[in-house]
Amino acid sequence: MRLKLKIWRQEAATQPGAMVDYMLDDVSEHMSFLEMIDLLNETLVGKGERVVEFDHDCREGICGQCGMMINGRAHGPLPNTTTCQLHMRSFKDGDTIYIEPFRAAAFPIVRDLKIDRSGFDRVIQAGGFISASTGQPPEANSILISHDVTEAAFDAAACIGCGACVATCKNSSAALFTSAKITHLALLPQGKLEAADRVVNMVDQMEAEGFGHCSNTEACEVECPQSISVLHIARMNFEYNKALVMKP
Amino acid sequence: MKTNSLQYKLWMSGTGLFLCFFLVIHLLGNLQLFLPPDRAREQFNWYSHLLAGNIIIEIIAYVLYASIIGHTVYAIILTVKKSKANGTKYVYDKRGVSSVWYSRNMGLLGTIIFLFLIIHFKDFWYQYKFTNLPLDAKGNKDLYTIVEKAYQQLWYVLVYEVALIALGFHLLHGFFSAARTLGVFHPKYVRWVKVVGWVYTTVIILGFMAMPVYVYLNSL
Repeated sequence: MRLKLKIWRQEAATQPGAMVDYMLDDVSEHMSFLEMIDLLNETLVGKGERVVEFDHDCREGICGQCGMMINGRAHGPLPNTTTCQLHMRSFKDGDTIYIEPFRAAAFPIVRDLKIDRSGFDRVIQAGGFISASTGQPPEANSILISHDVTEAAFDAAACIGCGACVATCKNSSAALFTSAKITHLALLPQGKLEAADRVVNMVDQMEAEGFGHCSNTEACEVECPQSISVLHIARMNFEYNKALVMKP
Repeated sequence: MKTNSLQYKLWMSGTGLFLCFFLVIHLLGNLQLFLPPDRAREQFNWYSHLLAGNIIIEIIAYVLYASIIGHTVYAIILTVKKSKANGTKYVYDKRGVSSVWYSRNMGLLGTIIFLFLIIHFKDFWYQYKFTNLPLDAKGNKDLYTIVEKAYQQLWYVLVYEVALIALGFHLLHGFFSAARTLGVFHPKYVRWVKVVGWVYTTVIILGFMAMPVYVYLNSL
């Protein structure tokens, strides 16, 4: 198929960017969206132009590296799908496709579709861990935990940190990302001990990074490739309010 | 602990839920407008007089004013923070498909409600508190006549209906969002909150919407 692409091109964070038009022929419907951009980049290399830069890694939907706004939606038209798992069969011959980077003040654009998501790393560094002394691995069954709780914790831990929640949020809130980590650890016996400090530190860091507030539109859950539930945000609020009241 | 958006949201939630509670009392009191006109006049004026002279009601009234102002001020602060957090705008934006429209436009709905409140306060609250209204047969200030005259004008009734529809959508999202900000996370109770929010909004809004229409139709 033949496509008209409108792609955001930007040299560096400090320089202004703009949408640039490209025509691309011979796109197969079996290609993934990223392979389609690979094809475009090959034609650009042939013409001696700079390629369109974008983040990607595993290309099997589990790493959270790829992510862009496709036709105005995070990761494209399908709900709960990463950009690499979106295939060209979701488009048809003659379509115009708008491709932009995820936008948020806390996600500065590095170049083209590539953004700096290290704000997420700093939120995790602020408390997304447990303090455990290293040494011999303890007997696994010495800590009692039910199957339902481990499953719930794992559902939260499934977040791949792609940033689609921030990109799709009208307030550029990182509440879904942060709450997933907070809930994951708050559910587990090892994480419970530091739950109050963790939630306060991570929420403060989220604020310091310049992410917005959550107004519960629930758009993030729709776009999240891992279907992380918005109820984790409720859980984060619960843990935070508890810390406000109980924390010395 | 630093002040952050989550704490602002807690204030939004607290003030919002108080306003929700106030609406219930306001609706119950105003149900007296549905009595036959003569009885309604007597009873409504007596009720207004009862409220005006009660110290507890006066305290609640100050909490009400504070809630309206607080809810508005925190909404403005959060809106300013939000536009900072957004950074550059999308050239092509279809993000709206993944959430309901009223959840994304609480600010717009809130502005409509705020403008409506200015009219509402000016025409009833201000009239009652700060002007010398004529007295009814029992010697109470005749607020009922003010209400009756206001709702005899079709355009005025329409302004009320539009504002109440805006309030309805604001409540529909606001009630549930407030509960979430407070941390209701258990799926069982989350379902209940949604149901209660819908029932609450429907009853409140249909009740209030019926009042101007009822008075208008009675005057024809």
